[in-house]
Amino acid sequence: MSRIKQTLATLREQGRKALIPYLVAGDPGAEETVALMHQLVADGADIIELGIPFSDPSSDGPVIQLGAERALRKGTGLRHVLEMVAEFRQQDNNTPIVLMGYLNPLEAMGYETFVSRAKTAGVDGVLIVDMPVSEANELLPLCRESELDVIFLVAPTTTDKRLSGICEHSSGYIYYVSLKGVTGAALSDHGDIEQRVTSLRGNTELPVVVGFGIKDPDSACAMAAISDGVIVGSALVERIAGLSKSGQTLPTYAECTALIADIRAGLDQTAR
Amino acid sequence: MSATETESVVKTAQDLFDGPDASGHFGRFGGVFVGETLMAAVEELDRVYRQLSKDPQFWRDFDEDLKHYVGRPSPLYLAERLTEVGGGAKIWLKREDLNHTGAHKINNTIGQALLAKYMGKPRVIAETGAGQHGVATATVAARLGLECHVYMGADDVQRQAANVYRMKLLGANVVPVESGSRTLKDAMNEALRDWATNVDSTYYIIGTVAGPHPYPMLVRDFQAIIGREAREQSQEEFGSLPDALVACVGGGSNAIGLFHPFLRDESVAIYGVEAGGDGVETGRHAAPLSDGKPGVLHGNRTYLMSDENGQILETHSVSAGLDYPGVGPEHAWLKDIGRAKYVSVTDTEALDAFRLLTRKEGIIPALESSHALAYALKLAATMRPEQNIVVNLSGRGDKDIHTVSAIDGITL
Repeated sequence: MSRIKQTLATLREQGRKALIPYLVAGDPGAEETVALMHQLVADGADIIELGIPFSDPSSDGPVIQLGAERALRKGTGLRHVLEMVAEFRQQDNNTPIVLMGYLNPLEAMGYETFVSRAKTAGVDGVLIVDMPVSEANELLPLCRESELDVIFLVAPTTTDKRLSGICEHSSGYIYYVSLKGVTGAALSDHGDIEQRVTSLRGNTELPVVVGFGIKDPDSACAMAAISDGVIVGSALVERIAGLSKSGQTLPTYAECTALIADIRAGLDQTAR
Repeated sequence: MSATETESVVKTAQDLFDGPDASGHFGRFGGVFVGETLMAAVEELDRVYRQLSKDPQFWRDFDEDLKHYVGRPSPLYLAERLTEVGGGAKIWLKREDLNHTGAHKINNTIGQALLAKYMGKPRVIAETGAGQHGVATATVAARLGLECHVYMGADDVQRQAANVYRMKLLGANVVPVESGSRTLKDAMNEALRDWATNVDSTYYIIGTVAGPHPYPMLVRDFQAIIGREAREQSQEEFGSLPDALVACVGGGSNAIGLFHPFLRDESVAIYGVEAGGDGVETGRHAAPLSDGKPGVLHGNRTYLMSDENGQILETHSVSAGLDYPGVGPEHAWLKDIGRAKYVSVTDTEALDAFRLLTRKEGIIPALESSHALAYALKLAATMRPEQNIVVNLSGRGDKDIHTVSAIDGITL
């Protein structure tokens, strides 16, 4: 059983919700990223989504764009991201890691090389935002062979026809995008999200987690109540940005990730 | 191989000239690589366009607009004094510079505005580099009363102040894009973000034969009026097909527009001219077909300028309209199958051609088109006087006089 599947199954048995923070690998540097990942686990993260920085992140809002720019200024490439995962794995062999990003860095490395190196480094899943199922026919079988989960997004605009294809090819979990827009935008109509997530859960056995626009314990609890968990990206990356500010006392890693601890507490309280 | 097998292979290749295939691919290029939020919109556009493009009334409306609003057909002009300089084949200019708004860009925006109208979208968005596509979009939006937002890199907003003001006069909201390299590719990223956010109300008018399928197909179909006219005019003017076609390639819409109706004519040699900047060997250029590798950007797989980590590189060209790190997927495919040849000329060569055409023919060409002229002159010298080259003079150069005067050290 994959680490992702195992983790989510355990949470389901416990009646708890998955908390999945997202951070950009190499923001502000490799060493900080690995330290932040450990801190996130200590704060109660169940799975970590690690962003592969890309020069043209056309599905991301300003906060994650700036995070990627900070990482790129350090020259962070996909191979460095994999090194960070390997380093994290030296101390943590339990927390699943999902690489999230855009396709071109994988194209540049070559799919076969990427899959084999990702497996060796200890990656558990990949989520490529600009690779719909219809363009995944090369990467998908390679990931399957290496038992890497491939996670796809479902959006408010996803048609029923598309939905069945996505459910059929996904493994690990399904990422429901709560809103029409880019990462970090404000959450909109709860009722509509609930209806969509309920319908989605009727179409798949896989856990469904909700992301985009979740920024505090309240929004996290509201989304977790209708799903299997939540992803917190921009709100965390915004705090990590504090590590790059000059001319002031830098926040500690725990200060950067305190939001995740708060959300964990909120989620577990609601669950009880 | 049996005759039947040969026939079927040829038929397949020829069918591909009507490509892309059903899934939006030209060979290994093209496709649909966008975030899930946009997938439904892209699929709907494909469905609507496939249906409308079979409707003769749609093309009658398009042709009417091109005739009465754009001023088509554009002339095919024999540049006699330029031909003398070349010293070989006759050089004919397809005068897209004479279109309303001064470039070929309007052919596409007229067509896509019809699609927006048909789909009932009250709001259109566009990306622009030099501002030509932005102006062409703002123009059709004004004419149809559509809300219009144009994304433009903050650096380009500074460099192209006149076009920014033209767009504003036309009623468009010009949004400076501060992210990334603050140029055309970043403007396209921002337009994609806007589209994902306002997908229900918004039609995205992409300015070139790039982006996710069906854009490379439908932009080509709208621009193919250039090649269809050139074919007919060649027969009228010199009683045969041209021996060679030459066009500049940034994203590649003017080039594919000229080339496409000739793809099946094996006797017609086809040359796409990329922006060589300081020279392809220096790395400072915008020539992904000459010196790039396949990758995925802005919705399609094509040749790209990217580093070893797959990050998109900044490009360099004196011509803002060619300053783009990718190229339309159909060009990538035509390169791979060898049907078209892709070459490059440097900034200096393009500037020389700019001045030469101005002095010899009294036509100030766009710096983009000057790249095509520079290569055509070299090509003509290798050909015989009874042969004919058609060059796409894709736009006029009024917009570039500030750039050229600055190079001359003159402040206007």
